[in-house]
Amino acid sequence: MAAENGQTVFQTFVIEGKEFFDAGKVSTEIKSMLKELGVQPEIVRRVAIAMYEAEMNVVMYAERATVSVQLTPTTIRIIVDDRGPGIADVELAMQEGYSTATPEMRELGFGAGMGLPNIKKNADRFEIESTLGKGTKLEITIWIN
Amino acid sequence: MKCLHACPTQALRVRSGKATLLSDRCIDCGECVRVCPNHAFIPQTSTFSDFSGFKYTIALPSPVFYSQFGKDVRPSAILSALKTIGFDDAYDVACASESVSIAIQEYLDSKSTPRPLISPFCPTIVRLIQVRYPNLLDNLIPIESPMEIAAREVKRLKMHELGLQEHEIGAIYLAPCPSKMIALKNPPRKKHSFLDGVIPISEIYPNLIRALARADLTDGKPEIRGLGLGWPIVGGQVASLKAEDAIAIAGLTDVMRVFDEIENGKLKDVQYIECHSCPTACVGGSLTVENPYIARGRVLRMVEKHGSEPCQDREKIRELYQKNFFSLVGTISPSPVHPLDEDISRGIQKMHRRHQIYDMLPKIDCGACGAPTCLTFAEDVVKGDADADECVFLTMKTFETLSTNLLDVVTKHTRKGRANLGKHTHEA
Repeated sequence: MAAENGQTVFQTFVIEGKEFFDAGKVSTEIKSMLKELGVQPEIVRRVAIAMYEAEMNVVMYAERATVSVQLTPTTIRIIVDDRGPGIADVELAMQEGYSTATPEMRELGFGAGMGLPNIKKNADRFEIESTLGKGTKLEITIWIN
Repeated sequence: MKCLHACPTQALRVRSGKATLLSDRCIDCGECVRVCPNHAFIPQTSTFSDFSGFKYTIALPSPVFYSQFGKDVRPSAILSALKTIGFDDAYDVACASESVSIAIQEYLDSKSTPRPLISPFCPTIVRLIQVRYPNLLDNLIPIESPMEIAAREVKRLKMHELGLQEHEIGAIYLAPCPSKMIALKNPPRKKHSFLDGVIPISEIYPNLIRALARADLTDGKPEIRGLGLGWPIVGGQVASLKAEDAIAIAGLTDVMRVFDEIENGKLKDVQYIECHSCPTACVGGSLTVENPYIARGRVLRMVEKHGSEPCQDREKIRELYQKNFFSLVGTISPSPVHPLDEDISRGIQKMHRRHQIYDMLPKIDCGACGAPTCLTFAEDVVKGDADADECVFLTMKTFETLSTNLLDVVTKHTRKGRANLGKHTHEA
């Protein structure tokens, strides 16, 4: 972990695809960090939900992803960059209810089709780009008052 | 030093042989009380002399109490015995637990409320939410606890029966854990309690044993029965409800794992979560006497014998619920651990500094410095509460470096050093 200047915290994490065992631990760590800094509970909640959805998407579909967290007194920016199948139609994927979850994933309670829409709903800025056969990159920005 | 690692929220520090409690981190779980070999942690308790001001005293034992004696000792005998050791009367709380379970069921059925709803009866769990999971405060079901319902009810009965005023009647709770004791003295919602004192089960136990050994205690009272008998064990609340998708969790590690899931947006299809700080629920409280697994067995047998016979008129309880008889009054606020700094940018700097210090530490959480983990020690140093020298390993490393430097100096700059270079020496 390095600070760009005294005002920023950078932290990187790795999410392994198909590792369901402790899936969600990156979201929990990021959440702990924000709680320690005294960030408002409502903001912590939004970061938790957005990050958790992003993390679960990686676990379900990708091979692995790096998560970079950039934290300043006013912003938290999370970039989730994965190596995986990519998303064929991003607009379709952003539709509520649309899901490519397999029957096994649905058995586990996933596949409501709300993952990406939920991230967008909880973020102040959300950017997504994807290349079929290569991977997907999300950039989630949330302002801290 | 055993307390250091027993505390689930790293609230203890032991320096110069004295333990200090960081009260903003403490969630009253009582593990420190349980493990300290020197009994250095003493929960504040009431004594019988505190009750001399009351005209009439009533013991309200936690239903855990029924499981603490031999397998043939009936709950009704225990209540009778309590009347012979200094209390004017003893009142069953398990019946109030049945009422509360009916009220919970009404609440679950009638409203669209946050899901999942969380049981508010373990005060440590409530503290955990106030301190670490403030987003879940709205998930706590706003229903009063059985001990309060029982105290209110018995006082009403006795006021009527004996013509006494409420302040002349002392209701004393017999508690299985410090958490319950502290919650009575410092209720999180700052409301008035109907209980006037609290005595640990472990303290009253010897008096009861002697009383039970004495004469026949059957006074023809019907045996204690109802859905509340199972409440002292894990799953007891859930078993008393008709809810689909209700689960029971015990032990803080597992509870926190589930709370993280709820914060992440999961478990929305679960109606009710029964939560306990102690892994064996209330029979495992640190102020009980009996082995919790043996006590659990006794509870199961009591439930088997009398658990399905209701002790309350369900319709009457539902009517009371409609009149808000069970509603919890008052709000409950977050009580977070002090942040690294009031100012987020300074907090970020401290976080960075903490990580720098942590990098230098052996990360074995030995506790020799008086902090439970290397990470908490690093934080204490950043906050100015500890000195980096207090880490034995850091000091050793510094000493090693110093020694190597010193050896370099000696070998380079003295004749003896040069002469002895390469030879094994052990002279002073």
